[in-house]
Amino acid sequence: MSAIIEIEGLGKKYIIGREKRARHETVRDSLAHFGRGVWQGIRHPLTPNRERIDLEEFWALRDIDLSIQRGDRLAIIGANGAGKSTLLKILSRITEPSTGRAVLRGRVASLLEVGTGFHPELTGRENVFLNGAILGMSHREISAKFDEIVAFAEVERFLDTPVKRYSSGMYVRLAFAVAAHLEPEVLIVDEVLAVGDASFQKKCIGKMGVAQSEGRTVIFVSHNMQAVKQLCNRGVVLRAGEINFCGSAEDAVDDYLKGDGGADSIASLATAVEMLPSDPVFRFDEITITQDGEWIAQVDNGKPIEISMSYRVFERTRGLRVYFDCCDVEQNLLFRSFHDGDCDEIPTLAPGAYRSRVEIPANLLGPTTYRLIFRATIHNQRPLTPPSGIPAVLNVEQAGRYNRTYLGDTFRGKIAPCLEWKTEQLDAS
Amino acid sequence: MTEIIIESNRSTRDAWGDLWFYRELFIFLAWRDLLVRYKQTVIGLAWSVLTPLLTMTILTLVFGRLAGLPSADLPYPILVFAALLPWQFFSTTLSTSSISLINNREMVSKIYFPRIIIPTASMVVSLADLLISLGILACLMAWFGVEPSWRLLTLGPLFMLAALTSLGAGYWISALNVKYRDFRHLVPFVVQFGLYVSPVGFSSAIVPDKWRLLYSMNPMVGVIDGFRWAIAPSAGAFYWPGFIFSVVLALLLFSSGVVFFLKTERKFADVI
Repeated sequence: MSAIIEIEGLGKKYIIGREKRARHETVRDSLAHFGRGVWQGIRHPLTPNRERIDLEEFWALRDIDLSIQRGDRLAIIGANGAGKSTLLKILSRITEPSTGRAVLRGRVASLLEVGTGFHPELTGRENVFLNGAILGMSHREISAKFDEIVAFAEVERFLDTPVKRYSSGMYVRLAFAVAAHLEPEVLIVDEVLAVGDASFQKKCIGKMGVAQSEGRTVIFVSHNMQAVKQLCNRGVVLRAGEINFCGSAEDAVDDYLKGDGGADSIASLATAVEMLPSDPVFRFDEITITQDGEWIAQVDNGKPIEISMSYRVFERTRGLRVYFDCCDVEQNLLFRSFHDGDCDEIPTLAPGAYRSRVEIPANLLGPTTYRLIFRATIHNQRPLTPPSGIPAVLNVEQAGRYNRTYLGDTFRGKIAPCLEWKTEQLDAS
Repeated sequence: MTEIIIESNRSTRDAWGDLWFYRELFIFLAWRDLLVRYKQTVIGLAWSVLTPLLTMTILTLVFGRLAGLPSADLPYPILVFAALLPWQFFSTTLSTSSISLINNREMVSKIYFPRIIIPTASMVVSLADLLISLGILACLMAWFGVEPSWRLLTLGPLFMLAALTSLGAGYWISALNVKYRDFRHLVPFVVQFGLYVSPVGFSSAIVPDKWRLLYSMNPMVGVIDGFRWAIAPSAGAFYWPGFIFSVVLALLLFSSGVVFFLKTERKFADVI
């Protein structure tokens, strides 16, 4: 049997404009420049102004070859800007490719964003019909499923209220409910699971499960690695617009988490270490953040994260401490950890080379981005590093135990420790 | 089983089939626009009655009373209202359809459907207004004792002509608006200006004969003259050369509008 979607050499090019930087020494220069721009605008109103704008090509997607079989549940994963959305937009015919072709052998419906076309002034009932039509359902289809949709969304009481008065949760539930009752041969899902409360999430995942048991083809784009592993059988990793990996969902997740070997973060951390001002007493040689002994771009919160700092001490010093701060993206300090944090008295370091290693335990960090800031100081005397320290970014992906049965539940809080809960039944009713 | 091929610069050969498949969406969008129109207003539908009546009153006062223009034995309100019907239809269709794509930006950038549905559906609201205005016209005719004749039947084809003109212009401008928002500022101006250069407040009989053909460059001139001729038999002789000219222009505007729209719609999602 032939593939339901076949993609050959697909590419998408955008032309992006950049303003040329020209120096204007005087007001007169600036005015003349402005005048030329206006004149050009009048003469060639429909062409971009070459005087002012540099046109640059940007390939959002390049040489994509992929064939998707009937019944596949394909995950597309990649960092932001890797071309996932562009690929989905081409497959759902919203935008056309610049090169190559794709053949679709079945009805494709996309949930690029649920609730598209919802009108705030219309009631829930009216929006169900409108949204259904927008997503490609016939009037008869919608009428037949109406009760089911409303029950799924749990908004029976508010059917005749304009949706602008809905809470955001109700709004999203209703929107997803309509979309979830579509029955296309290929369903494209983009991150919709990132919304709604936990019990609703569970229903959504159940619905996707039904879709797969009915043999429907699903293309799923998500940053939730756990969901990808659970829901999909195949995975494609996009990197900078090209396919980097194609295989089973599990392997794709591993490939994505490994990233490009963290080349960027290694380079920037190494540069930061090198650029430190020299100090007569102390020097950082190397700082590494690894998992399973390897530098990776995205760490997995189900495994410990190893941190190692190598440094030299040139003079015998009492109270020299290396440490790091773990902050959230807004630079709020979450915790600080010193290399001698559990010593009984202040240690003294003799001259020589040292390496201090520590592990951030598994199941402590949540699926979000952290900043680690490395510093050194002599206790009660002076800092050995600049006030801003040596910063590094830590991208953590959800693959551990935290909240794992409630996939896609919005991550709240700053850390995600797995605490030992004990629940017992006190009374049978 | 249908096979859809996605390629760069693919011809719009299947555009008509698609249009048929999405016919229900057209109905729903039109229905939405109608429903939403008077939500959260106190007098609701009465606005559709008030606006044409007030416009008619003002135009009658300015052109009929103050300027004292000739009305060819017709009550001036009837002369004005007969012209207001197609003009209001044209101007609201043009203004709503030209910004319709931008107003539905979210849909255009997230979901596939034949885009031409959006500006076309926005015509339905003006159509509803037109029907209401026809009712008002009937009342006015009874009030002023103007007798209806068989010519009223020609209002159907004349309406088609008005629709072609306004949709043609609407397709052009809505498509251009996607990339060049200048048209958003141009349209209100054109509509305001058009009210005075089109024979709405006066009879086109006052235009000197040697300029009449030139005057018919405005395709709405033919439509308005036609409406007057159909409603008020005594409105004066029909000027055929100008009317035919208007018809040809309207057809050109419409067909070129459709072609331009279908040619550019593939890029809408990238630039909107």
